[in-house]
Amino acid sequence: MFRRLHDDARPTVTIHLDGEAIAARDGDTVAAAMLAAGIDRTRTTPVSGAPRLPFCMMGVCFDCLMEIDGLPNRQACMVRVRDGMQVRRQSGAREVAE
Amino acid sequence: MTEACDVAIVGAGPAGMAAAVEIAGAGLSVVVLDEQPEPGGQIYRNISTNAANAPEINGILGPDYRRGEALARDFAENCDAGRIDYRRDATVWQVDDDLAIHLSRSGTASDLRARRIVVATGAMERPVPIPGWTLPGVMGAGAAQIMLKAAHAVPDGPVVLAGCGALLLLVGQQLLDAGAEVAALLETTRWSDYLAAAPMLPGALRGHAGLRKGIAMRRRIRQAGVPIHSGVSALSAVGTYRVEAVRFTQGGAVRALPLETLLLHQGVVPNTQLTRQVGCVHEWNAVQRCWRPVLDDWGNASVDGIAVAGDGGGIGGAEAAAVAGRIAGLETAHRLGKLSAAERDARAAPLRRELAGHLAIRPLLDTLFRPRDDMLAPADAETVVCRCEEVTAGAIRDAVALGATGPNQAKAYLRCGMGPCQGRFCGLTVAEIIAAETGLSMEETGYYRIRPPIKPVTLGELAGIDA
Repeated sequence: MFRRLHDDARPTVTIHLDGEAIAARDGDTVAAAMLAAGIDRTRTTPVSGAPRLPFCMMGVCFDCLMEIDGLPNRQACMVRVRDGMQVRRQSGAREVAE
Repeated sequence: MTEACDVAIVGAGPAGMAAAVEIAGAGLSVVVLDEQPEPGGQIYRNISTNAANAPEINGILGPDYRRGEALARDFAENCDAGRIDYRRDATVWQVDDDLAIHLSRSGTASDLRARRIVVATGAMERPVPIPGWTLPGVMGAGAAQIMLKAAHAVPDGPVVLAGCGALLLLVGQQLLDAGAEVAALLETTRWSDYLAAAPMLPGALRGHAGLRKGIAMRRRIRQAGVPIHSGVSALSAVGTYRVEAVRFTQGGAVRALPLETLLLHQGVVPNTQLTRQVGCVHEWNAVQRCWRPVLDDWGNASVDGIAVAGDGGGIGGAEAAAVAGRIAGLETAHRLGKLSAAERDARAAPLRRELAGHLAIRPLLDTLFRPRDDMLAPADAETVVCRCEEVTAGAIRDAVALGATGPNQAKAYLRCGMGPCQGRFCGLTVAEIIAAETGLSMEETGYYRIRPPIKPVTLGELAGIDA
């Protein structure tokens, strides 16, 4: 849903969304990387199963909750990408994290 | 063992950075806790790296953005010299009224005890509850600006901006400059809003630079060939799995525009989650249609030892926030014995004059860009109000009919405000709907009780805290 401008000196890193490689920029948040990759949803809601994408990008709406490196319910807009990071879409309700 | 410092500051935006510099200069130990990876807050996001990483975008973001560079440099120099202990990626999830702070950093929770706390948690975009606003492809205009500042990206395909407020115009212009395909700007602002705002014009002329910039931005958007539709109502986002069009009414006619991205905005409101959680008294601002903590002239809140600086204490913008941060810093230094009352007053006097200048334009902006009543309390029953628990405006009205007189009762009936965002995105709307139904004031209607943790914390993090 977003496209990168050419003006960006940051190095590229690779993260994985449900096992699929996605190119991101060093310093991106996971939510920004998802939007720039043009994916259709980052989760489905626990109540109606509706698809959602990040909405506020600054940590207040919690619409970008994803499973990141095995931990569910993380705010993707508050977590920076790391090369090799494993990210998963969340479907419906999640278990309480340990 | 709990770590201790003289002063803890929550937030590293303009208010937090300025307060930290002032307090460090007084010789007090100061810890700055910020959730973001870089200082600057949302307004100056990536301010210390964009000049090198994305010089063209840095140019597009304009002089108002780059004004933050000097403050960020000052802040960084104090950090490098060891005078400010800046902790990025630090999430504060609870503050106790004895000034114990509970936070998490990279999966590890810890406690910090301060003699005084400056809360500089800033603002958030006011929610824009319209039909379809939960669809993928709909987001805040401010969120799109964060994508430009931090990810150097713009919406792909036709984008429409809708709502009201200075940021709507600014983002529209910046996206155009960055090469985005801005298909239209839909303003909910009406002629009656201009008439209502006209008496504030003489006062606002003290802040005339801001006024001129607003007019210039609007002209540039129009000159770029972007249609500006004013006085629109009944906005809705249309689509099944993602947004495909925006529908609106203008001059009695219903229109629709196809798009890939819909950016909504109707101003910003203080982020009061932390000040509410710690128990500060809040007051309703009927002009800005938002709550803010009750503060004295020095930024002191009702809980002893806690001050609030910047937009978290009432919307004034970035420049006002930095000045308020310095004033709160002077007061903090005074309260901790580093500055006499006379010195504090003398140093604050020119800052107060500067602050008054920055705030001069607010009455005009607040009146001109007042959100429409039907966008504060959506008329359409199917409109989702609580995005987390998917509670609709109709369900909230039904709860009122059953006897709910405030947001906490509605929450008990419907779970609205009980999801992960803890009411940040529905609290104002739920209260506006209830107040409109019952005829009670917003003060009488009240707000959600905010309980810790105000950010998600895992059981593992809690178990790791030294008792």
